[in-house]
Amino acid sequence: MPDEYGAGPDIAMKPVISIRDVVKTYASGFQALKHINLEIDKGEIFALLGPNGAGKTTLINIICGIVTSSSGTVTADGHDTVRDYRAARSKIGLVPQELSTDAFETVWATVSFSRGLFGRAPNPAFIERLLRELSLWDKRNDKIMTLSGGMKRRVMIAKALSHEPEILFLDEPTAGVDVELRRDMWSLVRGLRDTGVTIILTTHYIEEAEEMADRIGVINKGTLVLVEEKARLMKKLGKKQLTLQLQEPLSGIPAELHSWGLELKADGHDLVYTVDSSNSIDISSLLKRMSELSIVVKDLHMHQSTLEDIFVKLVSEPA
Amino acid sequence: MSRPLSLPAFNRHGVWAIYKFEIARSLRTLVQSLITPVITTSLYFVVFGAAIGSRLSTPGGVSYGAFIVPGLIMLALFTESLSNASFGIYFPKFTGTIYELLSAPVSYVEIVIAYVGAASTKSVVLGLTILITAALFVPIKILHPAWMIAFLLMTAFTFSLFGFIIGILAKGFEQLQFIPMLIITPLTFLGGAFYSIDMLPPAWRTFSLFNPIVYLISGFRWSFYGTADVSVGVSMSMTVGFLLVCLGVVAWVFKTGFRLKN
Repeated sequence: MPDEYGAGPDIAMKPVISIRDVVKTYASGFQALKHINLEIDKGEIFALLGPNGAGKTTLINIICGIVTSSSGTVTADGHDTVRDYRAARSKIGLVPQELSTDAFETVWATVSFSRGLFGRAPNPAFIERLLRELSLWDKRNDKIMTLSGGMKRRVMIAKALSHEPEILFLDEPTAGVDVELRRDMWSLVRGLRDTGVTIILTTHYIEEAEEMADRIGVINKGTLVLVEEKARLMKKLGKKQLTLQLQEPLSGIPAELHSWGLELKADGHDLVYTVDSSNSIDISSLLKRMSELSIVVKDLHMHQSTLEDIFVKLVSEPA
Repeated sequence: MSRPLSLPAFNRHGVWAIYKFEIARSLRTLVQSLITPVITTSLYFVVFGAAIGSRLSTPGGVSYGAFIVPGLIMLALFTESLSNASFGIYFPKFTGTIYELLSAPVSYVEIVIAYVGAASTKSVVLGLTILITAALFVPIKILHPAWMIAFLLMTAFTFSLFGFIIGILAKGFEQLQFIPMLIITPLTFLGGAFYSIDMLPPAWRTFSLFNPIVYLISGFRWSFYGTADVSVGVSMSMTVGFLLVCLGVVAWVFKTGFRLKN
């Protein structure tokens, strides 16, 4: 069906979410988002990383219709989220950061309510399956206020999934959640992705993005600093560092070893060999050369930079 | 703009979900939403109807106890519609669950229909309950049942709409109480709920005609006993007018996204 969003023949390649030039300035004058452009592919897990106040939640709220953007457009599955909000919103499920629940309602009632609110006919069999998957079935007749924080989080997820959305937003899904629930959550997210659901999550647990995401976006002070495939990002920005602890301290790096770009640390006791994406690792020839020079290595350890190091580096740079 | 055919123009499941949620909320608080007003109304009958009423004469030869029934129903309708509807929309704002409403494929019209419809339903049930309670104390006759139902429904809907507006605009719980306590209750007491404005000195009578509540109570009482302070046509026009004003304000509030979105 031709429409104004039609991108031409390659409709299958259309991103499921397309954010064009979105700006958000609050009445106070604070600019929460500065010209954000982003496309999310169908079926991927996209992690949006950023420090507190970077604009992660504002961006999600604009896509979901909770906050109005100052300018720019967003489409979800080809539908403009403002002009064609019904079609757009019926595709989207949102698990917000805050645990906002109707304290006096039962789990079953609140999840059924959400399904209806999103325009779906009742389907008790589906709700039952959903509650069972989220280990909420035994609690279905309990009032939400009697549940633990982790259980409430599960209820929020059940509500977001109750209308079978194709796009799921998880805003800080594992903030204040114990390890077990976090693992459960991750396997749930993977399971959803396997069924074709696109997942966008915000987090400040780097571990989470590293574990889960296909692609990573880093947002800082309202600007999207970087969007990259996780593997490529790790490779591009990741460093490996080999630290060689020497038997005898060196006063300087021998000329024969200059080609490796070594550094001398700990008063000449440590020789540090840094490998990044621009040079390939060549440890055996280094060790061979060192033994030829009679430099005795007492111990060695290898450090591989994590996403956290990359992240800290990115957001600490002046924007 | 083309729109997928599978998507209905009216989200009836959504409206029904909100409506059911709101009705369930009042069923949980049955005592405070239904039994309390009934007890209060019964007390009015004991105090005004039996103790004082026997010494008063009223127009049209209706006993004082029976005379105040339409006013009492209206008083309950005003206050309960306002508090039900204002609380219904204010509470999600307060707890944060409003996020779901704002991110759902429901239009503003649907939101209003669901919340105001639920609040009106409760008010109408309450009004009828008070009427039945009253019939246990005093002889009631309804000369114009169709008009009675029309006034009942329109007043319940209009004040629920008014309450909805208050709930949207309120910044705190005290503001929810402000208009009902400080404006509506005094206007109702001065609006002929317990007397005919014909019983007032001429100057006060003229002054009373500036009170919109007078018209609502007068019209409603006319549907019972056929006597009115002002003509029923004027009463109905005022009721419709008030309804239109409330609809206009709601439309404006939503058009500007006022207090719900930023």
